[in-house]
Amino acid sequence: MEVRFQLNGDDRVVEAGGSQSLLALLRDGLELPGSKNACEQGECGSCTVIMDGQAVCSCLVLAADVDGAEVTTVEGLGDGEVLHPVQEALIDGGGVQCGFCTPGFVVAAVHLFENNLSPETDEIREALSGNICRCTGYGGILRSLEELAGR
Amino acid sequence: MTTDADTRVRGGIGESVKRPDGIPKVTGNFAYASDLTADGMLWGATLRSPFASARLVRLDISAALAMPGVHAVLTQEDVPGRKTFGQITPDQPVFVDGEARFWGEPVAVVAADDPETARLAVAAIGVEWEELTPLVDMEEALAGDEVFRHAPVRRGDPDARGEVVVEGYYEVGMQDQAPLGTEAGLAIPDGEGGVDLWVTSQWTHEDHDQIWRSLGVEPDQVRQHPTGIGGAFGAREDMSLHIHVCLMALRTGRPVKMVYNRQESFPGHVHRHPGRLWYRHEATADGTLVRMEAKVILDGGAYMDTTAAVVSNATYFAAGPYKVDNVVVDGYGVRTNNPPTGAMRGFGVVQVCFAHETQMDRLAAELGMDPLELRKRNALASGDPMSTTGQIIETSLPTVGVIDQLVAIPLPPPLDSEDPRRLPGGTGLTTTPQYVRRGVGYAVSIKNIAFSEAFDDFAEARVVLDATGVEVHTAAVEVGQGMVTVLQQIARTAIGVEQVAIVPADTSDIGSAGSTSASRQTQMTGGAVLEAARAVRAEALERGGGDDLTSEGVWLGGELVMSLDDLCAAAPVSHRTRFRHPPTYETDANGQGDPHADFAVAAHRAVVDVDTELGLVRVVQVDTAQDIGLALNPQSVRGQIEGGILQGVGLAVMEELILDNGVILNASFTDYLLPTFLDAPDVEMALIEEPSPWGPFGAKGIGEPPTISSTPAVVAAIRNATGLELNRVPIRPQDITGT
Repeated sequence: MEVRFQLNGDDRVVEAGGSQSLLALLRDGLELPGSKNACEQGECGSCTVIMDGQAVCSCLVLAADVDGAEVTTVEGLGDGEVLHPVQEALIDGGGVQCGFCTPGFVVAAVHLFENNLSPETDEIREALSGNICRCTGYGGILRSLEELAGR
Repeated sequence: MTTDADTRVRGGIGESVKRPDGIPKVTGNFAYASDLTADGMLWGATLRSPFASARLVRLDISAALAMPGVHAVLTQEDVPGRKTFGQITPDQPVFVDGEARFWGEPVAVVAADDPETARLAVAAIGVEWEELTPLVDMEEALAGDEVFRHAPVRRGDPDARGEVVVEGYYEVGMQDQAPLGTEAGLAIPDGEGGVDLWVTSQWTHEDHDQIWRSLGVEPDQVRQHPTGIGGAFGAREDMSLHIHVCLMALRTGRPVKMVYNRQESFPGHVHRHPGRLWYRHEATADGTLVRMEAKVILDGGAYMDTTAAVVSNATYFAAGPYKVDNVVVDGYGVRTNNPPTGAMRGFGVVQVCFAHETQMDRLAAELGMDPLELRKRNALASGDPMSTTGQIIETSLPTVGVIDQLVAIPLPPPLDSEDPRRLPGGTGLTTTPQYVRRGVGYAVSIKNIAFSEAFDDFAEARVVLDATGVEVHTAAVEVGQGMVTVLQQIARTAIGVEQVAIVPADTSDIGSAGSTSASRQTQMTGGAVLEAARAVRAEALERGGGDDLTSEGVWLGGELVMSLDDLCAAAPVSHRTRFRHPPTYETDANGQGDPHADFAVAAHRAVVDVDTELGLVRVVQVDTAQDIGLALNPQSVRGQIEGGILQGVGLAVMEELILDNGVILNASFTDYLLPTFLDAPDVEMALIEEPSPWGPFGAKGIGEPPTISSTPAVVAAIRNATGLELNRVPIRPQDITGT
């Protein structure tokens, strides 16, 4: 079926399969591999995107359901060559290791900071508790975002 | 005296230099194996055994092959070369060879136009099984002599006895590495009978050496390339879809891509060996260890994988970082029909550390001694013989130091909040604060670094200086730990030039760097880069007739005498090194000898709050002191330590593959519990910098120690809070509530 939506600020019209997830549409159909497929059950947050102001797991959203929606993926953050402050903070603070979870964390953290400019430590932990990182033990991610919240 | 740069170069060792792959990773542009594509690419999918043990009665691929969009259906009959693979012993068939020996074992693969067609074709394969009774109990396997390896240790006086005796039985469940990226690969045929492969791997050359044999081609017809890996932790030390995807590419003449989904990833890679361990310690009344005895059984699953080496580690580190003169250990790795087991961070030492540290606490209680005092009294130090093998420890070994520095870290304040975010039950509001008990526990560990037992362990690197800077060519796989950053730093410091790029090399371009495992790459590939970089600097100084080299060029007596452009005008300065650590040896029939290259110790202290009513645990803080040689990149060290600790916490309180007759019941991220942001403890650390004799600038590998003693420290803390015995990890709520 035909789906019209706004993706990273651009109007898009695409063909989506009836059972296709938004994640599959992004990765396979639109060649945007930044959103990662790690569990396909909404448990790990590696595929997090912002849809109409909400951070959602794109593996749990039917592609057909984005009709009329605004979607932002990790590819839509930052401004050309300039990184989003969240992206810069994660590099500076040691929040990146293997990087597979990183796009999901970036999007979830951007969503957090869009709604709360200076989140407390507990608020950062809670907001990102739907994103699993297997490498960092979360320490580097936490310090990165605490630093950003303090700026 | 070294020839290292005497002008301090920016971005050299000791700085928390930013990762070179940071920007592509935060922008989503970093290419993982699962992101790769090629023109005309087909998709592969796998048919797997639904049973842990079954005879394959009938396999009919005709319906699948006849489906539109299907280009190949391959089974064991289609393997043109060696029909089996395996890095220690090639005992695993490429596909089921008439009998399935574990749940999820590959039976056939399909190459089709798209993933959906491939999956449908897999379902269309006609297959009939005769179910057999799987062997799933490791003691039964040992009794039936289904043994991959028995490693014995007999040291000292068999009649020596102590006045105080502590015996214990321990179990460790099956932990999964659960790297965020699943197994994935892209194989592209070269049109001349060969193939290029990009695949999730920790050791491209070892894979390559197995792949070409099964493909029935010459070694130089297969080139394995490094690619983005979404974490490893041991799961990629053995192969997964490597041969399958190459076979399909060669059969169809088209690029083929495979990506395991999470459910098939669980049986698609090796796991940590579950273990059963029987221990006996004997000591004098003043707390001096006299004798230790252990029997360790590890479940090796259906095929060898790295089980023999894991058994070696479990056996030779069974006594922990303690001096004891009279030792009897029998370590066994047994063959069952349980899921495959092999490498996972800690590699056999995790299991025995849980046992020996529990024993030390119990012995201290029996003696009426402080548990840390008991450990310090018996602490192994540099110059001592290893209690198991008798090998004299030549490296630094600050066992007392890690304990003292750990204890010096302040404890967190007591729980004084009714904020549910501070309580074990969290915001589910399940915990009643009056049932919460705080506990504190300690554990200490020792781990070998790099490969052992006479393995020819080496790493190659090529360092090239030209007018634009330095390139470091290596086949060492960056799995996320930050090796690429550390290699840059080593090269900068050694050469004196700031511009350093790490160039990942394929298997045809350079020799092996060995596996990214065994905490070895900083020391091994780091050692190779240091050696090659020093040679490049020496040659550059000679060529330029100077006494210093910087990004500008060659200097003499403080004057620039030759620019980099001029220096490299005729040819770049290049040096290739094959670096080896000091030799190791096989042990004798009593397990005596010098099997190890280097050692490191670590200590952990866990603070937990336990909801004794519901059996829930909040790990509040885990502090550590670790013997790291030298912090080449303090931020990376911290990242390795925090990440390793959280995997140890996971094994202590939540992570286990639940098996029923060899079938994994929780093969998903919904059912296999992984620590989240809310489960992660605060971590304070002390880093002890006493040099390794052969690590670059004295650095030691740091990846595994954080995972080893963190688990028993958490368990000790839960015991401290509850008074329970808790002989098994992971600890489940019912182990605490008794219901």
